[in-house]
Amino acid sequence: MIISIASGKGGTGKTTVAVNLALSLGDVQLLDCDVEEPNAHLLLEPKINEEKPVYVSIPRINEELCNYCGKCAEFCKYNALFVSAQKALVFAELCHSCGGCTIVCPAHAIIEEKHQIGTIKIGVAGNSELVYGELEIGEPMPVPVIREVKQQIDKSKNVILDSPPGTSCPVIETVRGSDFCLLVTEPTPFGLHDLRIAVQVLEDMRIPFGVVINRAGVGDRKVYEYCREKHVPILLEIPFQRRIAELYSRGIPFTLEMPEWKDRFQTLFDEIERHNAK
Amino acid sequence: MKQVTVLSGKGGTGKTTITASFAVLAKNAIIADCDVDAPDLHMLLHPQIMETNEFKGSKLAMIDEAKCTKCGLCREKCRFSAITENFQVDPLACEGCGVCTIVCPASAVTLTERISGHAYISKTKYGLMAHAMLSPGESNSGKLVTLVRQNAKILAEKENADLIIIDGSPGIGCPVIASVTGVDVGLAVTEPTMSGIHDLERALQLLKHFNVPPIVCINMYDINRDNTEEIIRFCEKSGVQVAGKIPFNPIVTEAMVEGKPVQEYALRSDVAQEIGAVWKSILSVLGI
Repeated sequence: MIISIASGKGGTGKTTVAVNLALSLGDVQLLDCDVEEPNAHLLLEPKINEEKPVYVSIPRINEELCNYCGKCAEFCKYNALFVSAQKALVFAELCHSCGGCTIVCPAHAIIEEKHQIGTIKIGVAGNSELVYGELEIGEPMPVPVIREVKQQIDKSKNVILDSPPGTSCPVIETVRGSDFCLLVTEPTPFGLHDLRIAVQVLEDMRIPFGVVINRAGVGDRKVYEYCREKHVPILLEIPFQRRIAELYSRGIPFTLEMPEWKDRFQTLFDEIERHNAK
Repeated sequence: MKQVTVLSGKGGTGKTTITASFAVLAKNAIIADCDVDAPDLHMLLHPQIMETNEFKGSKLAMIDEAKCTKCGLCREKCRFSAITENFQVDPLACEGCGVCTIVCPASAVTLTERISGHAYISKTKYGLMAHAMLSPGESNSGKLVTLVRQNAKILAEKENADLIIIDGSPGIGCPVIASVTGVDVGLAVTEPTMSGIHDLERALQLLKHFNVPPIVCINMYDINRDNTEEIIRFCEKSGVQVAGKIPFNPIVTEAMVEGKPVQEYALRSDVAQEIGAVWKSILSVLGI
């Protein structure tokens, strides 16, 4: 089963849930798809066995063949090409690697070359596998790195995908194809507002989902009311406790120090399986 | 006119809480919420929308079933796996590049305009505000951020404002890059956790990459004082000013529940005082 862990709002505890779920189940594959700010490895301290660069294809214009007709620039929807009377320029950071310019060029002057935008790392933590990606600083597009992380999915295992925050393309790329999505939120107005947006995305994508409320006890009751009205199951509550916050700050997954929580995460997993069987 | 962007790398470190307080403290500023993906600032500032504009960030392919011969060329050439086996376009995968339109031998594919969100110009009791909402699941958040910043600039010129305060989104990808390029200072808000430190380092590298002068503030610093010390040492070593250490205080969540900036809800609180100090540092860096 593939379970993704997402949230509209940042900092609600996605990585905490992903890592502790992985540790409680054991023998899983944890894929950290937040390639802009990956954090799962900080808590799991994996032994990295393999690193792979992630490339995208960027056009290169052979100016000896180019007749500056401008068809490539006219075609490119991302303004990644600029052609004047004697000059053709490529703006790599705007390119989406669709390959259209190479098709439209009548002079066959455009070839594609590899451009590295990130790295993926594959390692082991305990008896689980951890894969994470890192987007290079200054590169705008995380999606190809997320795709590469997800290429490593081993369907014979239970797979946990730790998503980036938000509800735009990197999140879509992460949760696509999951059997179930856990939305981690906090019981505050910001938490609720961003939860609603995330719920809309998952409903559009027809991915079954449930909610984990982190820092339960702070804020107000509106997230609970919303979940009741919408018939969204609340599958786990993690209370706001100084001890849990402190352990997180030190990079220690709290189930290691508070082993009674392992059963609760196991129950969470059983609940997800039960929901999916329906 | 100067611009400051509040960013963090890691989500949930307190960007919006701090930006809302800055809005209260600022005398003559325009506010821009550039977290278009999950905007929250409006819940503290309660903007009254004066103007709404559709955001047409990208196109969407459409296949005319009557003309389609199901040859499969579009699916073969699409690099985003946006065309399904029964020749439907998956709108969540389609990036609107148009390759399908040029390879289709039957001219059955066209690009249509899609509305990817809305941009707003609003007034708040603290000043004018530019903000937006990306439709859930859409791409091109960077373009929408650029639009919000353009709107803010126009407002600033009209109002003779001397500052634009920009609330950024988490991460370091396209919307964040669009939020920091060309600004006068980037305030990186961090928290004293392992993740906070790691993400701060990447956020600072991003600011450096785009030549934006950085300044740091540590939120909830007393959750782990050792880590706070480590952040301070790291910043000293990198020559980055730490403008403030904001304590953990449940009053921040209380203010949020009341829908008010901390600076208004609890002016005398330690949190509000320290945010005030950070604000002064920013003004002095900007020479305002």
